[in-house]
Amino acid sequence: MGVIASLPEAVAELVRDGATVALEGFTHLIPVAAGHEIIRQGRRDLTLVRMTPDIVYDQMIGAGCARKLVFSWAGNPGVGSLHRFRDAVQRGWPAPLQIEEHSHAGMANRYVAGASGLPFAVLRGYVGTDLPVHTATIKPITCPFTGEVLTAVPALNPDVGIVHAQRADRAGNVQMWGITGVHKEVVLASRRSLVTVEEVVDELDPRPGAVILPSWAVTFVAEVPGGAHPSYAMGYSERDNDYYLAWDAISRDRAAFTRWLEEHVLNRVPAT
Amino acid sequence: MTGWTADEMMTVAAARALRDGARCFVGIGRPSTAANLARRTHAPDLVLIYESGTIGAKPARLPLSIGDGVLADTADAVVPVPEIFNYWLQPGRIDVGFLGAAQIDRYGNINTTVIGDDYHDPAVRLPGAGGAPEIAASCREVIVIVKHSPRTFVERVDFVTSVGYGTGPDDRAKLGLTGRGPVLVITDLGLLEPDPRTAELTLTQLHPGVDAARAAEATGWPLAVAPSLRVTPDPSPAELAALRLLERQD
Repeated sequence: MGVIASLPEAVAELVRDGATVALEGFTHLIPVAAGHEIIRQGRRDLTLVRMTPDIVYDQMIGAGCARKLVFSWAGNPGVGSLHRFRDAVQRGWPAPLQIEEHSHAGMANRYVAGASGLPFAVLRGYVGTDLPVHTATIKPITCPFTGEVLTAVPALNPDVGIVHAQRADRAGNVQMWGITGVHKEVVLASRRSLVTVEEVVDELDPRPGAVILPSWAVTFVAEVPGGAHPSYAMGYSERDNDYYLAWDAISRDRAAFTRWLEEHVLNRVPAT
Repeated sequence: MTGWTADEMMTVAAARALRDGARCFVGIGRPSTAANLARRTHAPDLVLIYESGTIGAKPARLPLSIGDGVLADTADAVVPVPEIFNYWLQPGRIDVGFLGAAQIDRYGNINTTVIGDDYHDPAVRLPGAGGAPEIAASCREVIVIVKHSPRTFVERVDFVTSVGYGTGPDDRAKLGLTGRGPVLVITDLGLLEPDPRTAELTLTQLHPGVDAARAAEATGWPLAVAPSLRVTPDPSPAELAALRLLERQD
C-alpha cells in the first residue's frame, strides 16, 4: 500500500536470506542505494534477478549476497566485463554463483508474464542458439492455431522487486519518466516491492510520457535522493560515466574491491 | 604511412554500409560510433534504435551506454523494453541489426557468452546475450563490426549466442528465422560477405594497404577470397573530421 518508510526499514522488512530479489533499471533509474543497503544488512543466499547486472550486482556478488543470478547481459556498459561476477563464476569467490542465462527479449517477456498472472510467455527467440542447451527455462512450444513452433519462457515472480523512480506523492503514488525499461513489469510481477524515489512531493504534476504506479500496487516507497547513482534519474541527475570507467580498476582486484566496499558501503550509515 | 588508423578505417567503412533512411538497431561501442558517424555524413535520416527503448535517437555526443540520457532526450519515442523487442524488433520492422562479437565463425555465428569448451567452467566468462540473439534473428539483415584476429575469427564458435548461418546455407530457413542474417562483416583489414552458394564468410574487399595474405593470417579457418577483390576507398577528410569530432566529444 505504498507505505512511506526509510530505506533500512523497507529493506529489513522485505529482503530475507534466500529470497528471490530483482533490482531493475535499464541503465536509467537503477536502485543502487537499495542494493548497498542489502549489502549492509548482510543478506545471503539471494537469487538475484536482473536483465543487465552491472555495477550494483557486481558489488552485491562481490559482497557475498548472491547464490544465483538470473540475467541476460552481465557487463559494465560501454566499459567491459564485470570482474566480481567473473571471479564468482570462474573461481567461486567469495561464493560459487549459479547462473540462469537468457536473452533480453526472453527476460522482458518473463516479467510481462509475471505481471500478467500468466505461467509463461511466448516469443520468437533463442532458436538455433546454445542458450536452450544450458538454460532449463527455455522450451519450445507449438502454437495451437498455426502449428508453428515458438519459444516459451516461464514467468518471473520475484519475492521482492526494487526500482528507483523520480517522485512519489505522500500517499505513495509513484511517477517516473524517461527510459522506464521493465520498471512497471517488475513491480507488478513481484510479490512485494520497494520504490526508492528522488523526492516525495505534495502533488505529482503531469509529465510527458510518465508512468504512474498507483500507491496500492507498491509495497514500500523510500525517499532516497541520488539513490540511483552512478546511474541517473532524468530531470534530477546525469549518468556518472567516470564512476563506471573507474569501477573497472577497483573491481579487478579482490583487495581493492574489499577496501572499496568497506569505505563506500559497509562503513556508511544511511539517513533514516 | 596513412593519415588515419586501422580503427578509423574500420569505423568509416561500417558507417558507409548504412543506407540513409534505414532503421538500425544499434549495439553500444563500435556499432554506435559507426551509426552516429553515418548520421553525420551521408545518412542524416538514419533511424537509430537502442535496446533501452529509444527510437530515433539523435545524440549530439556519443553515448557510453545504450541508455544514456542524451538518447532519451533526443528520441522520437521512448518505449518500454518489452515493447522494443515485441512490437518493433520481433515482427521485422527494423532493417539492420548492427552487432559486435567476441568470436565469429566461418558461417557468421556469433559468441558473446563464454570462451572455452565448458560452459560451466569457462576460460573466460563474457557478458552474455543481451539483445543480440533476437536482433540477429529478426532484423531484415545484420552487419557485424569486429577486429580481425585468429582468436576472434574461429572455425567454430565455442558458444552460439546469435545465429548467423548455423552450419550452412539452409539452416536459417530450417530454424524459421525471419531475417536474412549477416550480410556484411567489417573488420580493420577489410570486408567479408557470405558466399551466395555456401554462406561461408568470404573476403570481398580490403582496406588500403592491406593484402589478402594478412587477412588470411588473421582468420582461424582457411579464408575464401573472392575472385575480384575490391579496395575500400580512403576515408575522406570529411569522414575523418566527423569521426574525430565524435570521439573527442566522447
